[in-house]
Amino acid sequence: MRFIFKTSYQQDMWLFRDAIQRNWYLALLIAACALPLVVPTYLIDISLVFIYGLCGISLMVLAGYTGLVSLGHAAFLGIGAYAHVYFSQDLGLPWLVSVALAVVITAGVGVVVGLPALRMSGVYLTIATLAVAVIIQEVLTHWDSVTGGLKGKAVNKVVMFGLTFGEQAFYFLCLACLLLGLWLTQNLLRAPTGRAWVAIRDSEIAAQSMGVNLAAYKTIAFAYSAALMGMAGALFAHKVGYLAPDIFTVLLSIQFLLMVVVGGLGSLHGAIYGAVFVALLPVLISEARDRVPAWLGAAFSVFGAHAGDSVFSAVDRFVKQPALEPGVFGLILVLFILFEPLGIYGRWTKIKLYFSLFPLYKRATFKRQKTYMRSERLR
Amino acid sequence: MRLAAPDRPAKEGALLDIVLQLVLNGLAVGCIYGLVALGFVLIYKATELVNFAQGDLMMLGAFICYMFVVWYHAGYWVAFVLAIMIVAVFGAVLDWAVLRRVIGQPQFAVVMLTIGLGAMFRSFASITWGSEIYTLPTPFSARATRLGGVTVSYEYVSIIVGTVILCAALYTLFTHTRIGVAMQAASQNQLAAYYMGIPVKRVFSLIWAISAAVATVAGVLLAPVSLIDVNIGFVGLKAFAAAVLGGFGSIPGALAGGITIGLIELFSGAYLPPGVKDVAAYVVLLIVLAVRPQGMFGTVGRKKV
Repeated sequence: MRFIFKTSYQQDMWLFRDAIQRNWYLALLIAACALPLVVPTYLIDISLVFIYGLCGISLMVLAGYTGLVSLGHAAFLGIGAYAHVYFSQDLGLPWLVSVALAVVITAGVGVVVGLPALRMSGVYLTIATLAVAVIIQEVLTHWDSVTGGLKGKAVNKVVMFGLTFGEQAFYFLCLACLLLGLWLTQNLLRAPTGRAWVAIRDSEIAAQSMGVNLAAYKTIAFAYSAALMGMAGALFAHKVGYLAPDIFTVLLSIQFLLMVVVGGLGSLHGAIYGAVFVALLPVLISEARDRVPAWLGAAFSVFGAHAGDSVFSAVDRFVKQPALEPGVFGLILVLFILFEPLGIYGRWTKIKLYFSLFPLYKRATFKRQKTYMRSERLR
Repeated sequence: MRLAAPDRPAKEGALLDIVLQLVLNGLAVGCIYGLVALGFVLIYKATELVNFAQGDLMMLGAFICYMFVVWYHAGYWVAFVLAIMIVAVFGAVLDWAVLRRVIGQPQFAVVMLTIGLGAMFRSFASITWGSEIYTLPTPFSARATRLGGVTVSYEYVSIIVGTVILCAALYTLFTHTRIGVAMQAASQNQLAAYYMGIPVKRVFSLIWAISAAVATVAGVLLAPVSLIDVNIGFVGLKAFAAAVLGGFGSIPGALAGGITIGLIELFSGAYLPPGVKDVAAYVVLLIVLAVRPQGMFGTVGRKKV
């Protein structure tokens, strides 16, 4: 096990823990830049990973760091997307200005949502955000002059400084935005703001008695989270190419929550793992749809050609059900909550700790305290 | 939700008749919300878990009843009872297999767990019964009497009567029986209840069974009014508004909240611009949460040091 001895206060403010960590991230960045050369066909899917990564960071700040669980983030994404498309296409503003305006507007809506949320906690907050999301979706549907209503709105390609962005350029744009989001968030989390958020998450009363202004920091968390969502929304609009109000439903919000839970609550790594998982799982499922029936059919044809054929057609019919995908998502969510509440990142830390402590690893290190009394649950 | 009742009242007819008609229909719709909300409240009261899959349990109940009536040609009442029993057992098994494991964990984990379960139920229903829209034939279908200027459809009467009976029975169970008091004790302090000899695990399974049965009743009563499809579970979201309005933890509160939401929805559908009807419930919910976060009948605690 490797210990890092801190010899100066400067060390606490470094962006990376040490040179080794920095080099690993550098290698990851180079790999991400080289990816378009390796897998040009999946570029669009990987851009979606980056956009979802931004969404994941946004929700991670709110749910994972401040402890405010929101079921309405798809609505923020929608506001960002519609605002950006309105400013850049209907008003003809330059791309960067339009994105900046979209971010500001989404952050403003975040504050408006956050203000009544200050008085609520736990499930009540979740339900309130859900209600806001439904109302916003209805507004998007009926505000024809700006949103195009149910007909929807076509979105052009990104045009910046007179250049039209192709698939590859869009990929790098998404990567840059994700890096910007990660950098900003990492800086906030190491600063007093981030510490205050974590304190609020762990115990509101303790935070308050240490002088943390609950109202201010919760509002900042909502505004910042919404702003990131607005940026993601602008990119998302270009990614989907066509905006309609029924994209931004509760189901999308649930997918974002799935992202942070599967990735691991309370870590930025988790947000990215979750984004990779949620954005690439549909690709995996569709690949599996094409191949698994044939494999199973081939496997069962050992028992005769007829058995193989009937297994193939049965499995094929089952796999082709469009409703299978949400079910698989639900199943994964349930399994993670039951068996790995810390998510992929939590599992990774456990594995790392197992090897670094090799014969001395104890399972109880990660045991979570359970509460059985109502008074214990008020924090 | 598609409702058989007209959104806008006819122009002719006295204002009083129109208002009475809206009140009647609103009561019926509100009772459905109240019933689903009752399911939330029962589970919350006893186990402190919030069940986001309640609406989907309702959907399963409606589909099972439909399956018995239309596929196997069972009588309506037989199918009704069979559906209640099957879903109740399913609820108990669900508690035993899944939800018992998350007791004592943060509320967020439970919310995510039940959201995941709900997605699985919807997917299962869509694969088993298909994603078309079905009608459930009932003894009350398309029958009505006129009382003065008001059309009283038997479907709505069945909803209201069913709700009243069920609520009275549950209220008595919770306040006047040993098992009901045991449930309340378990909700206050699971450990202390355990030490006092209350079989907490069995009590929880029982409460899940009851809640699932209530969901089935709601689903089957709703089926003739709104048709059955995979997504009727989303009524659960509005029922959530009802439960919060009533204070999340009070049985009469759930019903009152449901009826309030039902009335507001029908009146806003009749007199306000289109689109308002769908969000009216949520607007009311937000106002209530902002003004009185503990709901109409609820109490919310704050840690005292």
